[in-house]
Amino acid sequence: MEKIAIVGVAQTKYERRKKGEIFYDMVYEVTTKAMEDAGYTLDDIDNVITVSNDFWDGRTISCMAVQEVAGAHDKNVSTVEGDGAFGAFYGAMRVLGGFKTTLVVTHSKGSEGDSKVITNAMFDPVYHRALGLDAISSSALQAQAYMEKYGITEEQCAMVSVKNHGNAKNNPCAQLPMNITVEDVMRSRKIADPLKLLDCSPVSDGAAAIIIADKDSAKKARNTPVWIKGIAHCSDAYFLGDRDLADPRALKDAAARAYAMAGITRPRDEIDVVELYDAFSYMEPLWLEGMGFCNQGDGGRMIEKGISVKGGSLPVNPSGGVLSAHPVLTAGLARIIESTLQLRGEADERQVPGARTALAHGINGPCGQSHCVWILGRE
Amino acid sequence: MAAWLQDVEDLTLKGQINVPYTWSVGEVGSRFLVALRDEEKILGNRCPSCNTVYVPPRKNCGSCFKDIDDNQWAELGPEGVVTAFTIVRYDYPLQPAKAPFAYAIIKLDGADVGFVHLIRQGLEKLRNGVRVKALFKEERTGHILDIDSFVLLEA
Ligand SMILES: [Zn+2]
Repeated sequence: MEKIAIVGVAQTKYERRKKGEIFYDMVYEVTTKAMEDAGYTLDDIDNVITVSNDFWDGRTISCMAVQEVAGAHDKNVSTVEGDGAFGAFYGAMRVLGGFKTTLVVTHSKGSEGDSKVITNAMFDPVYHRALGLDAISSSALQAQAYMEKYGITEEQCAMVSVKNHGNAKNNPCAQLPMNITVEDVMRSRKIADPLKLLDCSPVSDGAAAIIIADKDSAKKARNTPVWIKGIAHCSDAYFLGDRDLADPRALKDAAARAYAMAGITRPRDEIDVVELYDAFSYMEPLWLEGMGFCNQGDGGRMIEKGISVKGGSLPVNPSGGVLSAHPVLTAGLARIIESTLQLRGEADERQVPGARTALAHGINGPCGQSHCVWILGRE
Repeated sequence: MAAWLQDVEDLTLKGQINVPYTWSVGEVGSRFLVALRDEEKILGNRCPSCNTVYVPPRKNCGSCFKDIDDNQWAELGPEGVVTAFTIVRYDYPLQPAKAPFAYAIIKLDGADVGFVHLIRQGLEKLRNGVRVKALFKEERTGHILDIDSFVLLEA
């Protein structure tokens, strides 16, 4: 692959409710900050990708309403309706396809709609929607299938929540920095077994932006470029019953392709930090298995051994992860942004010392139907 | 920060989008729903290429990318085995049952894929591997909820 890089990043603080700010304001904030971060002006941006979802925004063709503030006035602009990691994938493809620089910007306000009603609508209307399934109850089915199959314990999942909320204390953008114990998670309100309140990510508002540039444009950037070494995504079946929910096949495929592109043969040794999409605590061990950091079914033990804590041999979600802020659509881009900051050595209190290679990950669809894997590097 | 920002009153606007749809359920889906309604039968169909028996039935197999032709219909269940479940502890208006109730993925007898549905009773005995049976409603309209729920069978 030709050398392309992330040269600018920006994100809002993630909050339960950004009452004073409309999408327009949030997108403008991160667009200007990402350009400032790159040391670019609007003239340096030659195309734009916006990421939004009509149901979350409460308007159709939701992308059209934010184009001017995304810096897309009089520019080529396109849209991804899905997680920001996938939007950024499209942005990277555009740079590979001949554009010099792509700005990718995502926004969402979970606080303004109704997450249960909206996520119910992702299901097939004939067979599944009428059952009342939503993101939480469908994920609970996956959690149960996975935990039961491999003997993953609720305590092991609780450790993920403790770790990630603890990591969030070092992230000024995180919504839920918390000092909690495994006991706190275990005693939190039951939502849909085996998920308890503290196993679940919050409702969040927020926006984020990145700028992807070709090699020549990257030289003009103010910051050290973070190079895109490998990117891939893959999708599994739509109907939950068609899938083995305990086996993230699509993630395995996406990870294998991204590793191959990046020349990674031993991910556990060659990757220094992971930012993955932990919408629920069980997802961290399950996705770690899918990424090949441990054998299938060993994700719980990997958590228990403390491998993924700050200071462990493979820190996972030093940002606090999605458990600590879940602006839908923006969350995958936030994983890429944290990875970028880690590789630049600008992650302050949460810096993984000497991080040279990072994996960032986003998901789309019920129970991680599709996965997008990014391998980023300093060289 | 501009001075006026300090005492601006942040207003919100309430709204709702109600869009009526009339979705075609398709020929295969129609046959499935009519069988629920008229015969209390759960129909699936078999991919002639990989032999996977799908429920709900499909017009083609996504993994083989082949048509599933007409004579591959199979009557499934009405019993099956729970392969995953969750007991839901919260209510919201789109759920057809009051919490606590369960969602389960059920491998119907004769099927190769899971079928997602509800379990209302016997939640304390619910485990992966338990056998369940479809309970049909008295009044059926050609809808997935013509199956009221699945009930646990005594071991
Ligand atoms: Zn097939």
